[in-house]
Amino acid sequence: MQTPLHFTQSDSLLSIELSGELTLYSITPLEKQMRQRDVVGITRIEINLMSVTFIDTATAIFLVKMEEMFSKRGVECSLICENKTLLSTLELVKMQRIITNLETQSQQKKSSFLEKKLKDIYAYFYSFIPFITFLGKLFVAKMSYLKSFKNIRFKEIAYEINESAVKALGIVALTSFLIGLVVAYQSAFQLKTYGANIFIVDMLGISILRELAPLITAIVIAGRSGSAFTAQIGAMKITQELDAMKTMGFDPFAFLVLPRIIALMIAMPILIFVADIMGMLGGIIVANADLGISSNLFLDRFREVIAAKHFFIGIIKGPFFAFLIASIGIYRGLSVQNDTQSIGFNTTKSVVESIFVVIVCDALFSIALTNLGI
Amino acid sequence: MSVIEVRDVQTVFGTKVIHDGLNLSINEGEIYGLLGPSGCGKTTLLREMVMLQDFSHGSIDILGHNVSNIKERDAQKLRREWGVLFQFGALFSSLSIRDNIALPLVEYTDLNASMIEEIVQFKINLVGLKSSDADLFPSQISGGMKKKAGLARALCMDPKLLFLDEPTSGLDPISAREFDELILKLRSLLGLTIVMVSHDLQSIYDTLDRVAIIDEKKIAYEGTIVDVKSSKSQFVQTFFK
Repeated sequence: MQTPLHFTQSDSLLSIELSGELTLYSITPLEKQMRQRDVVGITRIEINLMSVTFIDTATAIFLVKMEEMFSKRGVECSLICENKTLLSTLELVKMQRIITNLETQSQQKKSSFLEKKLKDIYAYFYSFIPFITFLGKLFVAKMSYLKSFKNIRFKEIAYEINESAVKALGIVALTSFLIGLVVAYQSAFQLKTYGANIFIVDMLGISILRELAPLITAIVIAGRSGSAFTAQIGAMKITQELDAMKTMGFDPFAFLVLPRIIALMIAMPILIFVADIMGMLGGIIVANADLGISSNLFLDRFREVIAAKHFFIGIIKGPFFAFLIASIGIYRGLSVQNDTQSIGFNTTKSVVESIFVVIVCDALFSIALTNLGI
Repeated sequence: MSVIEVRDVQTVFGTKVIHDGLNLSINEGEIYGLLGPSGCGKTTLLREMVMLQDFSHGSIDILGHNVSNIKERDAQKLRREWGVLFQFGALFSSLSIRDNIALPLVEYTDLNASMIEEIVQFKINLVGLKSSDADLFPSQISGGMKKKAGLARALCMDPKLLFLDEPTSGLDPISAREFDELILKLRSLLGLTIVMVSHDLQSIYDTLDRVAIIDEKKIAYEGTIVDVKSSKSQFVQTFFK
């Protein structure tokens, strides 16, 4: 579409005559035509809008901008217009531009790269303080919660055990079975070359019972139930359900937080126990198929060389991991802000942080117990 | 007798001042409106009254308790004496309408199940819902029904004080007028004191006894709705023109 645009030049004066309706679709062709026009040696420009019937705000902004641009270059520029509606549109645009200019000027304060990085680091570590506050509140709630037997919400705890543990049984069993299978398969290949086939029992027994089963369970639960905690509580926060609870005098810590933490702390050791069984089952199958060790031989050897302490160490890690996963999941849920994006962000954070913290906790266990000679 | 006394309340978010010294008092049996332009901090003030949010300076007295240094036990007692209706109902999504309304009764009283059911049915009918709606979940009902159910839950413990956050926003004009009538009926029936945030001019004229208009971080006007035009605030002049 060619916008009606007419140039007349006399010495240093260039007059541009526009006509018809100017809308946002006509800006680009206008701009193109203006660009093509040579403006060397021109000191004055008149933009004639006398025969324009209508302009929208976009065109008004374009015209005002053009006027500004020319006057910056030292070319005198004026708009000629008598139509009242056009003038008021232009006036409105000018006013708004002045206001936004003032605002952006007062806001412009560039910070250096170092300042920004240090601020980020500060914010990152500062975000640890609300978590401490959360743990403090949790402790207080726990104290008043345990004061009387009646306060304990058995129904909620049972519900949470079902939701976050019983329903996770299948995936935990399958994952640990596969891990047992894979570890046994890889080590069988190595052990065969030394003819040390029977040592697969020692190897699998210690690694699965002591380390792998608790870790795999914790990671699956963090991904499955920890994230669910964050999403549930986050959604409740957005719909103001948490606020409603508070105004009705129901402490969210007693109703939502503690049942979840307690449920997971009860369920985790059981899940680890299942993971132990399934992991060893995978090992037995591989030992049978690949190394020719019958399941009877495997179990006899197992009874001989694997001390019960390895099993108990694995189980005892359960409540600790459960506490970390549940409290991080819930803390993240409570720190959801009033927008939907924040649920996704906090859920991701909750899973990443709880897996990381679980691994750190496992490392601490390893070091401490090995040094204690257990 | 004043039920709520707000004295010199200042609220600061980060570096942004929301309230700079608010003073108001709400009398018993009154329907009191908090009005003002968007973002002036009406809902914030309401949240401060119901102890969901802290303020930086000043004091708020509710039913004779100072909420900024109240003991946990008194706070729990106070919470049973008021009902709060949130803007979007804030019903617990895991519970049916019946269980939502019954929850405070189940938790705080030792009434038997049939008595609770009676009370729930009464409140459901009182707010204009049908008995057959009781088994629906919050996700299955409309916004207007959520508000009514939220009101039924707020009224469930027969509170002395009712806080309403934009009770008629998002309702069609007919439901909004019904809601106004309901509020007036409840006040005369139960002798409630009602504090509400509202933008609905019709409902403001129909229901409110007195209003406070917050503008420019301060109370621009406090008094009856009839004299409101005497205020010089620009918001008042344009809003009630």
